[in-house]
Amino acid sequence: MNTTESSVNKLSTDDFIKGLWKENPVFIQVLGMCPVLAVSNTATNALAMGLATTFVLIMSSTLVSAFRKFIPKQVRIASFILIIATFVTIVDYCIQAISLELYKALGAFIALIVVNCIILGRAEAFASKNTIGKSFLDALGMGAGFTFALLTLGAVREIIGVGTFFGVSLFGHHYEPWMVMILPGGGFFSLGAWLLFFNWLKERQKKRPTLQTEGEVIQ
Amino acid sequence: MTSEPLWFIFVNACFINNFVLAYFLGICPFLGVSGKLDTASRMGGAVTFVMLVSSLCAYGIHSLLIIINAPYLQLISFIVVIASTVQLVEMFIKKFSPTLFRALGIFLPLITTNCAILAVALFQTNRGYDLIQCLIFALGAGIGFTIALVIMAGLREELDFTDLSNIVKGTAITIMVAGLLSLTFMGFAGLGGH
Repeated sequence: MNTTESSVNKLSTDDFIKGLWKENPVFIQVLGMCPVLAVSNTATNALAMGLATTFVLIMSSTLVSAFRKFIPKQVRIASFILIIATFVTIVDYCIQAISLELYKALGAFIALIVVNCIILGRAEAFASKNTIGKSFLDALGMGAGFTFALLTLGAVREIIGVGTFFGVSLFGHHYEPWMVMILPGGGFFSLGAWLLFFNWLKERQKKRPTLQTEGEVIQ
Repeated sequence: MTSEPLWFIFVNACFINNFVLAYFLGICPFLGVSGKLDTASRMGGAVTFVMLVSSLCAYGIHSLLIIINAPYLQLISFIVVIASTVQLVEMFIKKFSPTLFRALGIFLPLITTNCAILAVALFQTNRGYDLIQCLIFALGAGIGFTIALVIMAGLREELDFTDLSNIVKGTAITIMVAGLLSLTFMGFAGLGGH
């Protein structure tokens, strides 16, 4: 019993970490782009959106995993979506109760968490095949990776576009904000820039195969 | 809000607040299916059709939910309606055009998780449109989506012939081009005095 548990645990830490970096849902898998682009105009919005998505991701992954033996294969997608929609409704009402200002800023995008490809993707690809513990850690890792990506994007856009970070002014009054970064176009540009950066990292890693294997051994 | 003229609702959904380039809705199929011009235009057609049907159903469901006083069921019932409509379209396309069915591949069932379609249902409810306005709105949104997809596909077909470094190839350049398109579409803002 002990050995199986430890082996599951060992796998599980990997399940958690891969979502943060190696299989980052936004930068590597390029999933769930819509909220990433739409809500990342300020760091606060990005963080709130990331946390809301993480909550839905964790709850639905756990539940899908718990019910994976009872859900018939033919109707699994519909069942997953129903489970996700339930949790999104909960989040929607919670945010409305906690902060009306935030609710207005995020707008329809809270409800649109339902159709975030990451959540359905993880339910289908991971949670429906793995144990509750593993699915939980996987969802936690993916959620953290998603929040991290949103936050980096939101921070860049807010700092350059408004000259503030979480509403705190950084450059004083003389800073002329780049309006374009707040506009839709800026979202595309900053995401494109981040993807370029990650591609560059990947290319560099490919060129140094020895270093990469060493890194994997350490991990 | 409800007194908006029909042409304005159409132009607004189609150009000024284009779903893909201004609201960032439906980015996944926008990046995924915009590789070929032919597939892109048909995908646009399928999405427009699903939008129209689900908009119609969403209007009915919303009226029903108001009567039974259960607004918290809105999201769940919308998504179920959309999923069934997509299933219907899938069966239809599979029967009448197997080639198109293969070309669209995984992106056909993924119309269900296309945010643009759920967004049409949510926006029309939030803005309190009546039935005709809903349908015009859905039509505008669908055509706007198709236009964005087709322009993108045309550009990407050209991009295939250009010599790009490995780092830029793929999603990165597509998103950069989308950014430029988005800036271009901002020019339409003058149309409606938005």
